Amino acid sequence: MELLKATNVSKLFGGLKAVSNFDVYINTGELIGLIGPNGAGKTTAFNLFTGVYQPTTGAIDFDGKSLLGMKPYQITQRGIARTFQNIRLFSELTVLDNVKIAYQAHVKYGILESVLRIGRYFKEEDTIEKNAIELLKIFKLDDKKYEFAKNLPYGAQRRLEIARALAAKPKLLLLDEPAAGMNPQETQELMEMIRWIRKEFGLTILLIEHDMSLVMGICERIYVLEYGSIIAKGKPAEIKNNPEVIRAYLGMEVE
Amino acid sequence: MNVLRKQDLKILAASFVGFCVLYALMSEGIIGAFWQFNLILVGINIILSVSLNLINGYTGQFSLGHAGFMAIGAYVSAILTTNFHMTFLLALIIGALGAAVLGFLIGLPTLRLSGDYLAIATLGLGEIIRITIMNIEYVGGAAGFMGIPHYTTFPWVFGIMLFTLFVIKNFVNSAHGRACIAIRENEIAAEAMGVNTTKYKVMAFTIGAAFAGLAGGLFAHCFYIINPTSFTFMASFNYLIMVVMGGLGSITGSIAGAFVLTVISAALASWPEFRMIIYSLLLILLMFYRPQGLFGNIEIMDLKCFSRFKGGRN
Repeated sequence: MELLKATNVSKLFGGLKAVSNFDVYINTGELIGLIGPNGAGKTTAFNLFTGVYQPTTGAIDFDGKSLLGMKPYQITQRGIARTFQNIRLFSELTVLDNVKIAYQAHVKYGILESVLRIGRYFKEEDTIEKNAIELLKIFKLDDKKYEFAKNLPYGAQRRLEIARALAAKPKLLLLDEPAAGMNPQETQELMEMIRWIRKEFGLTILLIEHDMSLVMGICERIYVLEYGSIIAKGKPAEIKNNPEVIRAYLGMEVE
Repeated sequence: MNVLRKQDLKILAASFVGFCVLYALMSEGIIGAFWQFNLILVGINIILSVSLNLINGYTGQFSLGHAGFMAIGAYVSAILTTNFHMTFLLALIIGALGAAVLGFLIGLPTLRLSGDYLAIATLGLGEIIRITIMNIEYVGGAAGFMGIPHYTTFPWVFGIMLFTLFVIKNFVNSAHGRACIAIRENEIAAEAMGVNTTKYKVMAFTIGAAFAGLAGGLFAHCFYIINPTSFTFMASFNYLIMVVMGGLGSITGSIAGAFVLTVISAALASWPEFRMIIYSLLLILLMFYRPQGLFGNIEIMDLKCFSRFKGGRN
C-alpha cells in the first residue's frame, strides 16, 4: 500500500526550479533513501512533504488523503514527523522536556484542566513522563534527561532529535541527514538503531543522507535527485552502477 | 506527581502566614499608610509582570502593549462599579474578560509578526487604546474618570495575586504551557512537532491580557480617579523592565522584579531629584552584571537550598 505519494510535484522559488516533476511513492513499511549532490533539492522535497512549503504544481497524498494546503502541525498530527539537517532542538530546555513537547498533539486535557489540575491532568502527565523516559532509554539518553539539550554532545543531539520525532507517534519518519557529522563508529550504531526502531515502531522511513555506506547498507530503494529532478531510482546495487549517478557525483571525463 | 500538590500546599501555607503577618502589622499601624499603599501597588505590579512574562518570557512574543489591556480592565470595571453599582468582584471579572476579548482580537492579526515588528505593533495598539479612551467623553476624556469607589484593599490584592500566580504557574507547567515554551525556543521545530503555533501564541496573549485587565480593575479602585496618562507606553515599559529584571521565563523572577522596582521607587520618593538617576543606575548595573535577570529562567523552588522540599526529585 502506498503511504506517501507525490505526483508531478514542482516547487519554484521565483525563476529557480528547486524541485521539478518530482514523482515519488513510498509503500508502508519501506525504508527509502533520497540522495543527490548538494543543492539538488532534497531538503526542499522534505519541506514539501511536511507542509513548510506548498508545491507550485502537483499533488502529495499521505495515507489516502491530500496534504495540499495543510499546515506543518496538521501534517505532524496526521502522522509525518521529521528531523532537521541543521539540528533544531529546544536548546534551552532539558532533554526530557524536548521529548515531552512532541506528545503535545496527543494530549487530551484542556486549558481548564491544566490550570485547576483536575480531571485527566495528572494521569496524562504521568503517562507522558513515563513514555518520554522509555523513549530516552531506547536512545541511551535517559541518564541525561535533566541536562539542557544544548549541552549534549553532537551525536547525542542527533539521537535526541530522532527520539523527539518518534514521540509525535508518526507513521512516516523523515530523517534529514541523520549521520551528518558522525564518525564511522557512530554511523554504524545509528544504522542499527534505525533498523531497530523501524521494526519496533512499525515505521516507514524516508532518509536523506550523504554517507553512502549508510544509504547503501539499509535502504531498500533509493531515489537520486540532481538539479531538482529525479535522475535515477532503484535498488542500491542498481544505483551504485548507474552511469547517470556516477556522473552526477563524480563528474564526466573530458574527451 | 503528588510532590507537586504538596509543594503547592506548602507555598499556599507560607503565603497565608506572610499575609497574616503583613495584615497584622498593617492593622497595628506599624506599616503606615504610605507603605500600605505601596504594598498594594506591589501586588498589582506582580499580577502585571507575571502576566506579561507569560507573553514575553514563556511564549517569547515581544509585547509592549500591556498598559493598554490594563486600561481596558480599569475603565470597564470602574464604569461598572461607579455608574452601574455592580459588585466589585463581578466588575473585575467583566473588566478582565473585556481585556481578554480585545487581546484576542488584537493578537490574531499582530501575532503573525515577530520580534521587533511585533513590539512596534503592540506599542502602537497600546497607544491607540489609550488615545481612544482619552477621546471618549463618557469616561471623562483626558481629565480622567472620577468618583470611583475605593474597594481595593490589601486582602483583595493579595488574594487575586495568589490566584494569578497559581493559574499562570499551572498553565506553564502543563502540556499547553510546554507548547508556548517550545514556540519561544524554536518556532519551526515546535510547528514540526505538532504545535499549533498561532493558536498558542494567541492563547498566551489572551490570558496575559485578561490578567492585565484584572490588575487594571484593582488599580482603578484604589485611587478614586483614573486617568489615561497612567496607561502610556512608559507604563508598559515599566512592566517590561520588571519582567526582564526578574528574568524572562521565571515566575519567581517576575515577583522579585515587581517587588524590588516598586519598593525602590517608593523608597526613593523622598528624594525626587535623585530618584530616576538611582533607579536607572541600578538597572544599568543589573543588566551589566546579571543580564539574564535576577533569576534567569529558573524558579526559586529549583534552587539547591529548596531541593529538600521536593521529596527527593532531581
